[in-house]
Amino acid sequence: MIRLTVNGKERELDVDPQTPLLWVLREQLRLTGTKFGCGMALCGACTVHVNGTAQRSCVTPLAAVQGQQITTIEGLAPGEDELHPLQQAWIDEQVPQCGYCQSGQLMSAASLLASNANPSDEEINAAMQGNICRCGMYGRIKKAINRVAGVGYFDPARGEV
Amino acid sequence: MGKWTRRAFITTGVVAGGGFAVGVALRPGHRAPELASLVAEEGESLVNVWVKLDQNNVTTVIVPHSEMGQGAQTVLAQMLADEMDADWDLVRFEEAPPSPEYANYLLGYGIIGDAEVPKALVPTFDGLMLQVAKSMAMQITGGSLSIRSTGQYGMRIAGAAAREVLVEAAADTWQVPAAEIQTEASHLIHAASNRRAPYAEFAPVAAQMSPPSTPNLKTVDDFKIIGHDVQRLDIPSKVDGSAQFAMDVQVPGMVYATVQRSPVFGGEIASLDDSAARKVPGVIDVVKVAGSKGENAFSGKQNIGGSVAVVAEGYWQAKQGLAALAVEWKNFGQDAMGSEEIFAQFDRDITAAVDRGNDRVQGDVKAALENAAQVVEAEYRVPYLAHACMEPMNATAHVRDGQCEIWIGCQNPLGFRDAVATALGFEPEQVTLHNHFMGGGFGRRSNPDYAVQAALVAAQVQRPVQLIWSREEDIRQDHYRPAVRSRFRGTIDANGDVASWENTYVDKHEPAEAPLIPYAVGSQDIGYVASPTNIPFGPWRSVDHTQHGFFTESFIDELAAAKDVDPYEFRAQLLRDKPRHLAVLNKAAEKAGWDQPLAPGRGRGIALQESFGTLVAEVVEVTVTGGDVKVDRVVAAVDPGLAVSPDGLKAQIESGIIYGLSAAMFGEVTIENGAVAQSNFHDYQILRMNDAPLIETHVINSGAAVGGAGEPGTPAVAPALANAIYNATGSRVRQLPLKNYDLKFRIEESDEVA
Repeated sequence: MIRLTVNGKERELDVDPQTPLLWVLREQLRLTGTKFGCGMALCGACTVHVNGTAQRSCVTPLAAVQGQQITTIEGLAPGEDELHPLQQAWIDEQVPQCGYCQSGQLMSAASLLASNANPSDEEINAAMQGNICRCGMYGRIKKAINRVAGVGYFDPARGEV
Repeated sequence: MGKWTRRAFITTGVVAGGGFAVGVALRPGHRAPELASLVAEEGESLVNVWVKLDQNNVTTVIVPHSEMGQGAQTVLAQMLADEMDADWDLVRFEEAPPSPEYANYLLGYGIIGDAEVPKALVPTFDGLMLQVAKSMAMQITGGSLSIRSTGQYGMRIAGAAAREVLVEAAADTWQVPAAEIQTEASHLIHAASNRRAPYAEFAPVAAQMSPPSTPNLKTVDDFKIIGHDVQRLDIPSKVDGSAQFAMDVQVPGMVYATVQRSPVFGGEIASLDDSAARKVPGVIDVVKVAGSKGENAFSGKQNIGGSVAVVAEGYWQAKQGLAALAVEWKNFGQDAMGSEEIFAQFDRDITAAVDRGNDRVQGDVKAALENAAQVVEAEYRVPYLAHACMEPMNATAHVRDGQCEIWIGCQNPLGFRDAVATALGFEPEQVTLHNHFMGGGFGRRSNPDYAVQAALVAAQVQRPVQLIWSREEDIRQDHYRPAVRSRFRGTIDANGDVASWENTYVDKHEPAEAPLIPYAVGSQDIGYVASPTNIPFGPWRSVDHTQHGFFTESFIDELAAAKDVDPYEFRAQLLRDKPRHLAVLNKAAEKAGWDQPLAPGRGRGIALQESFGTLVAEVVEVTVTGGDVKVDRVVAAVDPGLAVSPDGLKAQIESGIIYGLSAAMFGEVTIENGAVAQSNFHDYQILRMNDAPLIETHVINSGAAVGGAGEPGTPAVAPALANAIYNATGSRVRQLPLKNYDLKFRIEESDEVA
């Protein structure tokens, strides 16, 4: 039996401890917002927070998060009818297209801003380059992160900050 | 607009429970009542085949296209809502159920024949959309058609018709002339008598009315929602994890499966030892699925091999089980094939030119060659490409008692339903398909192989089965963008003019016009030879435009270089009689600051490609440092006729550029021993944020027929990139992807590069 906390709720799971956290979240806990993309920590679609830090759940055995605090996209918002500022920024910048990678993108971005409220362009790239967006919305993701970080973003098409 | 009206049929009817229906059908017949049972829930009136109104005055638009990220469902709702004068805050949408009643009839000749569609696109319907013309059983999302066909000819007329019938109903009740009634924000208003009522109030009355035969459509100046930015309706669910992709489906009693298909295309299982797999905890069953080598309507002969699936209590167990299988494959001699042999075959077939087909033959190429002051020759090639949708292929199926229920994300629900039915020996009516958001489509989800496979696995298990492909399977069992080799010869005459353009390439697919050039070159001979392989192929974002855009826009650049003329000026000169082309070219050059000098090591390239009714010119700026290429900026100018959703169009162009750039820089599927060598994102690289350029998109609303949005951003970026690298380094990139080049040196082109 493995115990962990997911989105603030204590959970007890009778699952093979080698099972990646991703599949436990999706199949046992029915938290399907966390996505399967590659199974090898190459694309970031499965990103969750373990004790507040971004981690790829597809290569994280359940045993490794025994007793830890897990946050998924379903638990990113501070309250029931509230959005995390990044989620609002994602809407404001109309970031998602297919949307499949966006849970992972948001979790990576939230982890970044939690540890670095005012990241440089390079720091954003470094934190986010593990997350593939096949719809290519990198520019909008960066704008949305900067919107929350409170950093003006120069948009050359509009000629304004 | 206008021509469609005589092909539109507007009907009214009363549906079960006393509800109200106004049907707008783009073919003869009285369809709305039959549709009501499919889409209308209790308390809702089916206003027409694309609209429902509920008692709270909420308008639900029934969208006959799937959502794979392109925002089409929102845009289509915008088009209908504007004509209906609906309050955008009260507009919802849902995807049409896969029923022939919702088939995209416009894609058939009956409607398209004399409608407002560029003639150049008509051949598309012979090939890419062959399934349509053959069966009319269509609900395809592809060919960038959502807005320009469904939206223009379906949604707008539906919205206008709904509005007019509601006006008539109000006029009748209020006993005032219909002409005095205005509509605004889902309300009917009669100013003189100070009356105002929500649309929903008049639905029952309207059911008794005879609808107008030709509703009036708005002109551009009257649009309140079309051409304006609205927030996409699907986005909120995509930031909190609640959006339902096919893989998120949970069916009671469901088990999981994963699969391996013959790695060599068309192979079958020779022997299978599943004893170890069956001992893996959680494994329920191991089942085989035979291959199919049938004729596929779009892709020609496809080699779909046999597969073995492991069914288990969870995906992880299924995966462990699959790894424990000992399978030997029978490969029918196909395992000797490799990418180099394929390109060598292309080379031989182009040279032999047996049964060469013609795309365009005009003028006198022979005479031009004899009188040439300069002859320029070049040959290009591009590799196979996987789509690599973020969501690996998957489907959940339940087959029992002569019924199949399937949950999937696909670009062609009706076609998939038919394919699943055929595979199971069912009639289409025995298959219920639930379509979901797609985690990327790009053409991959137009091929039903994964649906059929899931159904055939489920049929053997008798329980709901969610079949999930591993990323490795997704990369290795795609229907690839075809690899192409293309050979060019151009001549420049004594006056310095381009006199002729010759081009032969392998394997013609769709759209037919992809290899054609817009430039004023008097003598042209553009054609193709067949050079079939057994690699499954299919449409990949912008289809043949991605390959031919790279070839033709690279070669025109080479002609400019041969003449030592600026490549932008050179194109502009050859487009002097094409004002729309010239306008996007000029706009891209102007916004990119084409005349501004660049520092050493930096370069700028331009390219132009019309596809799916939309013209796109792109300027790429690069910095080449120590052999590494950094793409700094892409400036795009786009003429879609009218941008129905300006920000949505920009998002699509940005997306198309990144998709094309990813392929140009990194994308390569190679065949080794008959199978795909790549397997996951470490060896099938995708462009990431640190490599993503700044993108600026400038829209020109020329007023021409509305073009597509999802695909046209892609074709011009690869040639613009290659041309920029030439500008920066003097090295011509004639083979993609760029990662295979060592740009530290000015390399000579050879087949060894890739």
